[in-house]
Amino acid sequence: MRHLDIAVIGGGLLGSAFAYGLSADGGRVGLIDEGDHAIRTARGNFGLVWVQGKGLSMPDYARWSRRSAYAWTPFSEQLHAQTGISVEYHRPGGFYVSLDEQEFADNLALLKQLRNEAGEDGYDYEIVERSALREQLPEIGPAVPGATYCPHDGHANPLKLLRALQEGFQLNGGVYTPRAKVTRIAPVTAGGFEIHCDGGHRFGCDKLVIAAGHGSVELGHHLDMEIPIFPVQGQVVVTERAQMTMAYPTNYVRQTDDGNYLLGPSARDVGFNDETETTTLRDITRRCTTAFPHLKHLRVQRTWAALRIMTPDGFPVYLQSEAYPEAFSFSCHSGVTLAAVHATDVSRWVLDGQIPSRYRCFHPERFNVPA
Amino acid sequence: MFRRRERVSDPVTIWFCDRAIEAAADDSVAAALLAAGIACFGRRPVSAAPRAPFCMIGNCFDCLVEIDGETNLQACLVPVRGGMRIRPYPGYEPGNDIKMSEL
Repeated sequence: MRHLDIAVIGGGLLGSAFAYGLSADGGRVGLIDEGDHAIRTARGNFGLVWVQGKGLSMPDYARWSRRSAYAWTPFSEQLHAQTGISVEYHRPGGFYVSLDEQEFADNLALLKQLRNEAGEDGYDYEIVERSALREQLPEIGPAVPGATYCPHDGHANPLKLLRALQEGFQLNGGVYTPRAKVTRIAPVTAGGFEIHCDGGHRFGCDKLVIAAGHGSVELGHHLDMEIPIFPVQGQVVVTERAQMTMAYPTNYVRQTDDGNYLLGPSARDVGFNDETETTTLRDITRRCTTAFPHLKHLRVQRTWAALRIMTPDGFPVYLQSEAYPEAFSFSCHSGVTLAAVHATDVSRWVLDGQIPSRYRCFHPERFNVPA
Repeated sequence: MFRRRERVSDPVTIWFCDRAIEAAADDSVAAALLAAGIACFGRRPVSAAPRAPFCMIGNCFDCLVEIDGETNLQACLVPVRGGMRIRPYPGYEPGNDIKMSEL
């Protein structure tokens, strides 16, 4: 049995960010990964590093997203310097495009309320009417009444991000174990945990981070933790590569460094069904070609569906076990946006052994209704 | 680059730009072009890197060509037909500028 200072369960974007951040401290860190037959929530990532519109009724989450966007520049530069992998992070600001007047009015009301809730912290955005929008996004469609712009928004390549995190983790001396589905976590009386996996792997560890996507629910039960998450299906459409026309990411479409366009988003409540469905794909392409009609001339290369994490209010669930305080569980919807704070702040919490009180807002106790 | 394992018994003629190419009747367009020594099917729109078939099973989209005026077809998925006129991915004209070291 291999003994680790810290074991991270889950090789997706969250687990890999924690493994990378924790291993930078020099301890023996292990990343235990079920494998590609697991429900890979990270497959649903669109690649936005996004602040705009997030955090209604929870200004702490708006601040948290913005903090991560700020942390993304040094984070991506460090990954590049260490691994040689560019994760293609750009922060030109992002446009939230509205497709009709009603949607525009709703979005403006949302951002106004977010700014009110933010108080002294501020909430940066600009209203961009149609004529001005055409100067920034020349391909914008005639039906679009306008958009809002937030300077903190950006995008990155999630595939390269995952690879860079795992590469950096291993360069830090971390040990990655694939094809190891955790079947049992047993607290040890003298402290720490024993982890049993399919395939015969066993680990002992002093600290434990559960970041196993949908698998976290079951694993949490081994340590008396209730993790209130459920699947939401998102579908993504990718077009062929084309000349660069979009200098900014938007809520519907972004163009990668290779010239591909990614089209989204969608959200379906269909349990653990991960099959694509044509009505949703039609809705995605209709919205995106209304926003950017030139996309009609491109071929679709592929589409897929993924089962992303959702919580009752959409905000992260960060939890330290009360029965076993050396165990933590982290779940969230926006694994790309929050990757920078996961690799830095949150990893520091684990090393320090405590989630700071000002981040107690992400504890699932917020869902408890007083009887 | 590639050598056929069997002699083509009943060839059909297809065209890549102005060049006539003998293909086996059950070749895909991509297989016929590769067998004829054509190593570059076009260039990437952004980086201008040369592109050639990678997967041959319809996944990678690096074999896109124009066939009889229809653009952006996956050469690995289209069977050859006598007289077919194929052009490289738009924006690229073949010449002698593609080196093996670029591929």
